[in-house]
Amino acid sequence: MATDFGQFFLNSLPNLLNGLGYTLLLTFISIAVGFFLGIALALGRVYGNKIINGFCVGYIELIRGTPLLVQLFIIYFGLPSVGIIFSPLQAALIGLAINSGAYQAEYLRGSIQSVESGQMTAARSLGMNKLQSIRHVILPQALRISIPAWSNEFIYLLQYSSIAYIIQVTELTAEGKFIAAHTFRYLEVFAMIAVIYLVLTIVSTEIIDRIAKHLSIPGIGAAKRVSLRDI
Amino acid sequence: MHMLEVKNIHKSYCKVEILKGVSFTMEKGETKVIIGPSGTGKSTLLRCINQLSPPDKGEVWLDGEEVTNPKTNINKIREKIGFVFQDFNLFNHLSALRNISIGLEKVKGIEKEEARKRALEELHRVGLDAQAQQYPAQLSGGQKQRVGIARALAMDPDIILFDEPTSALDPELIGDVLDVMKSLAGKVAMLVVTHEMGFARNVADEIIFMEGGVIVEQGPPKEMFTNAKLARTREFLGRIGALYGEEETGG
Repeated sequence: MATDFGQFFLNSLPNLLNGLGYTLLLTFISIAVGFFLGIALALGRVYGNKIINGFCVGYIELIRGTPLLVQLFIIYFGLPSVGIIFSPLQAALIGLAINSGAYQAEYLRGSIQSVESGQMTAARSLGMNKLQSIRHVILPQALRISIPAWSNEFIYLLQYSSIAYIIQVTELTAEGKFIAAHTFRYLEVFAMIAVIYLVLTIVSTEIIDRIAKHLSIPGIGAAKRVSLRDI
Repeated sequence: MHMLEVKNIHKSYCKVEILKGVSFTMEKGETKVIIGPSGTGKSTLLRCINQLSPPDKGEVWLDGEEVTNPKTNINKIREKIGFVFQDFNLFNHLSALRNISIGLEKVKGIEKEEARKRALEELHRVGLDAQAQQYPAQLSGGQKQRVGIARALAMDPDIILFDEPTSALDPELIGDVLDVMKSLAGKVAMLVVTHEMGFARNVADEIIFMEGGVIVEQGPPKEMFTNAKLARTREFLGRIGALYGEEETGG
């Protein structure tokens, strides 16, 4: 049984690696695009005038108020009827990035607003314009504050990128389904896939944690955090 | 032409008029101290001068330029007006050194190494050479405020506005900050809102007593402390003097 599973695993490996590649591609690209989208939307919400703010609120509410699956269906199956055609991978990337952008915008908005107002006042008093103040003073602090929430978003995206299999992207879960359908070894296949997701999640959490520690401001934040157990 | 001219400033918040027509002037290198009961518009006045809260009415002129004119580039003007805050407002994510050099780099466009050198000089001036690499959360209140002063000084301003610079400090730390401020007297104009009567008496060229959104009386410290014209001024100075370390100056 053990050798049999070993052989089965080795046989499945090329497909699984191929799927893993797509999963990572979907995750990294959509988290990155979503990040810049999120920053723009969050800044628009906090500092924008009525029109910009209204647009950002509209976008965020529309995206967060509708299921990701429906959004993917609209992009992949719906848009061709108005002449806009995307490949499965393109559609998945666009859908996930647009979706993640809305969620990241809300995390970032919270972080931006939690930076003390005196920081902006001090920056403006020095003669920085609003954009310089945001770039050099507000964002560096807000981004640090948002790392824990952002880490959640990353893990979420890593796992929910599997939804892309529904529009024919051969990411990890889709490959699993393909192997299982040909071998009928559903339990083993999906157990392997579960383990792969688990390892990815643990590794990325650890990496993000280290980044957070590296970026923590001396005197505050992770570097000085006292374990609640010790109190 | 006066270096700073404040003309008939009015400012309301939520329909409550805080400043009801304030006018005064300052010359190069002069030190003026604004005193008065809390809620009387002293901090608001400072924020009107550098346009952090633009006044509803009235004008502010600095070096012949109208600060309150919407066409004036306010960021350029603010380079010339330093601001020191009651609660420091140091940039939390930057070391003491970077707190000072960032304005030089990003606002004045000074090259990084040069900005670093200038920042180190300013830290030396306020006695914090050893703290250059420390972050705000690692500094004491007094050290933070001295970094705040160094940050303002580095921009080489014409005037520095101090908004109750020692009010958030423990009593034993106030002296260091006041010493730094005293050392600046005559070198840069200072407009200081404070309750430190010792500083007002010894350092100020003029004391401005504000109450209810207007200037009640102003004059040289000697005259104000010993021979104020109005009973209200005498009463306030007597009360505040009893509360805040007047004995240290032998008054």
